Amino acid sequence: MTQPLAVPTGPPLRAVERVGHWAGETAHAVGDIVTWGPLLLGQMRRLGVDSLPIAVFIAVFTGIVLSLLASYIFTGAVPLVFVGALVGKAIMMELGPVLTGLALAGRVGANIAAELGTMKVTEQVDALETLAYSPASYLVVPRVLAGGLMFPVVTTFAVVVGVGMGWLTAINLLDLTSVEFIKGLRLFYVFKDIWFGLVKSASFGLAVTLAGCLMGLTTRGGAEGVGRNTTRAVVLGCEAILVLDAFWALVLL
Amino acid sequence: MIVFEDVHKFFGTHHVLKGLSLTVHDGMTTVILGYSGTGKSVALKLIVGLLRPDAGRVTVDGHCVHELDRDALIQIRGTIGYVFQFAALFDSMTVAENIRLGLARRGLDEDTVEQRIRESLALVELEGTEDKYPAELSGGMRKRVGIARAIAYRPRYILWDEPTTGLDPVTTAVIDQLIIRTRRELGVTGIVVTHNMTSAYAVGDRIAMLYEGQIRQVGSVEAIQQTTDPVVRQFIEGRPEAVVPVEVG
Repeated sequence: MTQPLAVPTGPPLRAVERVGHWAGETAHAVGDIVTWGPLLLGQMRRLGVDSLPIAVFIAVFTGIVLSLLASYIFTGAVPLVFVGALVGKAIMMELGPVLTGLALAGRVGANIAAELGTMKVTEQVDALETLAYSPASYLVVPRVLAGGLMFPVVTTFAVVVGVGMGWLTAINLLDLTSVEFIKGLRLFYVFKDIWFGLVKSASFGLAVTLAGCLMGLTTRGGAEGVGRNTTRAVVLGCEAILVLDAFWALVLL
Repeated sequence: MIVFEDVHKFFGTHHVLKGLSLTVHDGMTTVILGYSGTGKSVALKLIVGLLRPDAGRVTVDGHCVHELDRDALIQIRGTIGYVFQFAALFDSMTVAENIRLGLARRGLDEDTVEQRIRESLALVELEGTEDKYPAELSGGMRKRVGIARAIAYRPRYILWDEPTTGLDPVTTAVIDQLIIRTRRELGVTGIVVTHNMTSAYAVGDRIAMLYEGQIRQVGSVEAIQQTTDPVVRQFIEGRPEAVVPVEVG
């Protein structure tokens, strides 16, 4: 016998209501271009351009270490021409996006959570609402979009610098020529190596900034609360990066 | 007119408002007194929809605030100025930008916006501070900028959340005068939440005492001054002896 569908009541209904409300608010906020449009460029500069030094710093040492490590592993077993292949593939597809993402989870995630958390506990978020602004439109959307757009840009710089440092290391410290390194680099290269890394880094940018906004806007309890939620934002951002990294590997590889 | 009808509000298991009923009449300044943690600021946040009541209704000009859709709520908020306890100025913006933010959504042309910024700063006697950042201002000046931001878009109502807390007596008197001027010169209906009895008597047309989540007494300044209610008497006289157990710390 066919059972009629049970109508959810109590907590399940409230959860559905909350999800519906959240979805409605998100759709409205994304559509509210008049509010977030003028703020987007500033956030792209803050979250992206200002993050370049730390991303490049990490990429420099990643490139050096990876080149040396490849040489150490391959010596006597695999021709050293494959150093270029390993450095290129590893940096483009994994280390570039993930290490940059993790570094930016600290810098950007903490920055956003601390800023919005302070705004929350000092009633600036409430003030924004009383002035007829949606915090989601004014605070969240420009940051999350900036993260999604700028993480791939920063990652691109990191990849170029990382591969470049791997090449410099190979020709100066290893028994390799530029031609051999580049030959190795091109050996297994496919265009997917590039877009796979960039898709990942865009998803990392969205996740890190969303975690920062979420933790910032749910801050309670003054300075201690700001500190606590800033830490949570960084942890949540890092966890999201690792989970997304595995997800994209399963889906796209 | 703003009306609270049997409003209840919980925070977790803490029952803060336990049937608050109060009518705020147009053109008057109503002061809400009460011990810390009795829900005075919560009552203000219910009026602008920053919080939702768990039971009961809060109506502004006949509109039930928590039943309004987004656009209607924005429209209602456009009629209400909110002066926050610690001003809640945006740190990354100058004084002028703080005020401009509230005017940007009102469909005013740029000249009118600039004029409103100048007028509201003149009303709070802070001309020449347009380009300063909140960090460069004293506590009293920040509060006055908060007032300028709230009055710039010419609201019908202004909600004052402990406007004189933490200020010296002279600055307190200045803020009190500003509250009086907004009613007299701009015709604004005010709700002032305060612990300061001198301020309450100076600015209030009516005074309501909130006690244990309900209005204990409401009346004119004279009626409150002559009250025989022991709870209200203890509060307005600031007597520590225990008619009402007072939480310390």
